[in-house]
Amino acid sequence: MSFINYSSREINCKIVYYGPGLCGKTTNLQYVYKKTNPDQKGKLISLATETERTLFFDFLPLALGDIKGFKVRFHLYTVPGQVFYAASRKLILKGVDGVVFVADSQIERMEANIESLEDLRINLGEQGYDLDKLPYTVQYNKRDLPNVAPVDSMNKLLNPRNVPHFEGIAVTGPGVFETLKNVAKQVLIELKKHY
Amino acid sequence: MSGSDLIMYEEEFSRIDDELQRLYVQTNAKVVFLVDKNGQLIASAGETRDIDTTSLASLTAGNIAATGGIARLLGEKEFTILFHEGEKDNIHISLIGQRVILVVIFDKRSSLGLVRLRVKKASEALVKIFNDITTKSEKEKSVDSFDESPFAEISDEDIDNLFR
Ligand SMILES: Nc1nc2c(ncn2[C@@H]2O[C@H](COP(=O)(O)OP(=O)(O)O)[C@@H](O)[C@H]2O)c(=O)[nH]1
Ligand SMILES: [Mg+2]
Repeated sequence: MSFINYSSREINCKIVYYGPGLCGKTTNLQYVYKKTNPDQKGKLISLATETERTLFFDFLPLALGDIKGFKVRFHLYTVPGQVFYAASRKLILKGVDGVVFVADSQIERMEANIESLEDLRINLGEQGYDLDKLPYTVQYNKRDLPNVAPVDSMNKLLNPRNVPHFEGIAVTGPGVFETLKNVAKQVLIELKKHY
Repeated sequence: MSGSDLIMYEEEFSRIDDELQRLYVQTNAKVVFLVDKNGQLIASAGETRDIDTTSLASLTAGNIAATGGIARLLGEKEFTILFHEGEKDNIHISLIGQRVILVVIFDKRSSLGLVRLRVKKASEALVKIFNDITTKSEKEKSVDSFDESPFAEISDEDIDNLFR
């Protein structure tokens, strides 16, 4: 649910980064935060446990610029990946405008990727959303590691609809902005269709 | 996008603004603000300069969502009022018409009783305004008469420019 304010001339959109625990969702936001001008970003808020695992969500507001005189803001959220935080994940998907699925490219995490993707579909469904109709981008993260699955086979497995997908190394940055830019673009194109 | 997009027009925005200003004055609060359930700040009144309202909005919505989750587990529909007491400042959070969240931050210049009373009044007025907004945006959508729409002519270039 985007929030369009004709009075203050602002558009706010919500983008959620989803994926299994430790795939690099928080790292994506940290990189975006690090590389964005101070005047374009708010605080990066992390509700994390003492061991820095996301407990509820991370939140990063970005004010990127103007389109036709409207200030465009994206609110980026991540969900906690661990299985037992299912309830929190559902809450964060409320009102989502676009989804990034961050997959962990390590071969031994394929099972976890599949599970998380199914969880995403179910949770979206419960809120009345259909993943096939939402702005949606996939990121194959951790491409720097030695034990990664080939992108082709990951794409067959996790992205049969072949939505836009990017290889990422969130710790150092490659793919992070490409992913964000792609999903943001889809969100704005969707807005254009409706208003 | 779902049909629940919130579209705010000049007229309703200024009505909301008036309502928040009134509440701010009447409760002697530090800050009053209104957030949608998804964590986006709608409007505010008071000493907002030193407060990170964007973060506050997102966390407040998270708070309401989490307690809403707890409520459902207990078989309650929703907790409509939350109150947090601090050493200096207190925060009163209330859910309005199932869709927006009204937050009042106050200190000892005010009191919980006063805030409660005034929030109740303001809520009624705000519910009405939001109903008007819903009616209006449905009407606008159906007649497709949105000559002011900034989105109709968005180009790829506009979008690319955002990420320069
Ligand atoms: N080698 C490598 N490690 C990564 C990459 N992205 C994230 N990590 C690491 O993976 C761990 C979990 O990342 P985090 O962002 O907290 O995962 P989250 O649970 O999805 O939020 C951290 O130690 C990160 O430094 C990457 O692209 N390559
Ligand atoms: Mg995390």
